[in-house]
Amino acid sequence: MSSAMVGLIIRGIGETLLMVLASTALGYVFGLPLGVALTVTDKNGIKPNATVYRILDVIVNIGRSIPFIILLILIIPFTKMLVGKSYGTIATIVPLTVSAIPFIGRMVESSLKEVDHGVIEAAQSMGAPTLTIIIKVLIGESRISLITGATIAIGTIIGYSAMAGTVGGGGLGDIAIRYGYYRYESAIMFTTVIIIVIIVQLFQYTGNTLARKLDKRNREIE
Amino acid sequence: MEPIIQVKNLVKSFDTDDGVLHAVNDVSFNINKGEIFGIIGLSGAGKSTLVRCLNLLEKPSSGSVVVQGQDLMSLSEKDLRQARRKIGMIFQHFNLLMQISVVKNVMFPMEIAGVPKAEAKKKALEYLKIVGLEAKANAFPAQLSGGQKQRVAIARVLASNPEILLCDEATSALDPETTKSILNLIKDINRKYNITVVVITHEMSVIQEICDQCIVLENGKLVEQNNVEELFRHPKTSAAKRLIFSASKTVKEMSNGKLVRVTFSEVAAGEPIVGNMILEFKTPVSILQSEITDLNGKSNGQMLLRLPDDEDKANKMIAYLQKKAEVTVEEVVHE
Repeated sequence: MSSAMVGLIIRGIGETLLMVLASTALGYVFGLPLGVALTVTDKNGIKPNATVYRILDVIVNIGRSIPFIILLILIIPFTKMLVGKSYGTIATIVPLTVSAIPFIGRMVESSLKEVDHGVIEAAQSMGAPTLTIIIKVLIGESRISLITGATIAIGTIIGYSAMAGTVGGGGLGDIAIRYGYYRYESAIMFTTVIIIVIIVQLFQYTGNTLARKLDKRNREIE
Repeated sequence: MEPIIQVKNLVKSFDTDDGVLHAVNDVSFNINKGEIFGIIGLSGAGKSTLVRCLNLLEKPSSGSVVVQGQDLMSLSEKDLRQARRKIGMIFQHFNLLMQISVVKNVMFPMEIAGVPKAEAKKKALEYLKIVGLEAKANAFPAQLSGGQKQRVAIARVLASNPEILLCDEATSALDPETTKSILNLIKDINRKYNITVVVITHEMSVIQEICDQCIVLENGKLVEQNNVEELFRHPKTSAAKRLIFSASKTVKEMSNGKLVRVTFSEVAAGEPIVGNMILEFKTPVSILQSEITDLNGKSNGQMLLRLPDDEDKANKMIAYLQKKAEVTVEEVVHE
């Protein structure tokens, strides 16, 4: 492999990490409140509201059911409006984020719903306001599950980012398609695939370690 | 003095697949300040729903709940939160925050009330001392036993300086020994801080151990109200009798003769009543069950006797026992 190729791959790694981390972060900026809203307005939530829940539920379901590759093309006008062009690393962050939001919202919802209702009730009996219950009880108590969920979300987004390569999205997926597939350079194809696998593994390992370290529930009596 | 809690015509209904369920059905009672008030009933009697109506965790369908002169149903959400701070609650499964330390759990209500962190921590340690767990301040709830968790929950309640403590089956998940120590702690708190306590339980022994007044719930209705000693000695309804005498159910199924339940107080315990009766009638009776219970420091006994098949003799025996002071006799009807 030429040094130019190595440079290309290193740049690809940087682009992939940028896309994945930025869209995950942005995904949580919108997905976390969405998940909280889904939990809180559910009929067993702390502020039940059937109308709000149904609307959010339908939006999330629609977002989740559009295949990423279709969404990518579908929202090109929106992407252009936001970043001025429809291809390249920065532009790819837009569809990645849009597809991550409903996914993350559902993930957060399922984590928050694991919180024992009795603990929420205890906080209510102390006169805790809704926001305190959301932050300290719902999010605080489910943080392990939230971290595990984030790990899964990152893994999925890495996969999507590779897919975005097919339409000029930049990153490792882009290199794999352009060199590995169109030019039959299988060495480059395999290299990029292996690097993607390693990145997924690293995130998974970090997430698991963090979750284990932060969990206070299963400590042996010291 | 005005009762600290006044419940009037309280109804809580739920829509279920089988129609409307009246979990609490037209219940009225008062609780006086400083009292330990028991609410007893079998599971499904509506007691957990009822206690949740006392701090509006469940919104009553109709009726009123007046706490310290405040009609809770008329309060805005904000005022209700304020009112709830004076009504502490402990639970069967403790309901501690599992991801934060013991001391932070105790600090939580103070944090809600806006107490500065340093001061909250200092106070939290004091409350932990009261419940005997200051050494566990930095432990996490998962490292504690059930009894210790309930002590932390009690410290957490004390942290909001409550006037009232609601205990929802607070000892039902604990072993008998731990139950006793938790009940003693609750009693101490009741005396020391003059906190009115409401105890919800399905166990008569809990009521006997600490309560002054008691109501019996059955199918959402209040069927009996009395002070604990009276309730124990002269239960009027079948629901109350079942709760007090639950252990004898199998005994009743075993035997077919005429069964009577004899209760006697400390005063009467000095005389060998049954022995004397057997001597007098020259006919033996079987003692199927017998126990002595401590009711607020006074011993009370109850016995289940099987009288002879001879109806005439059995009735005379009942009359004999009824004449004794401080003794009550009652025929146990097969159900």
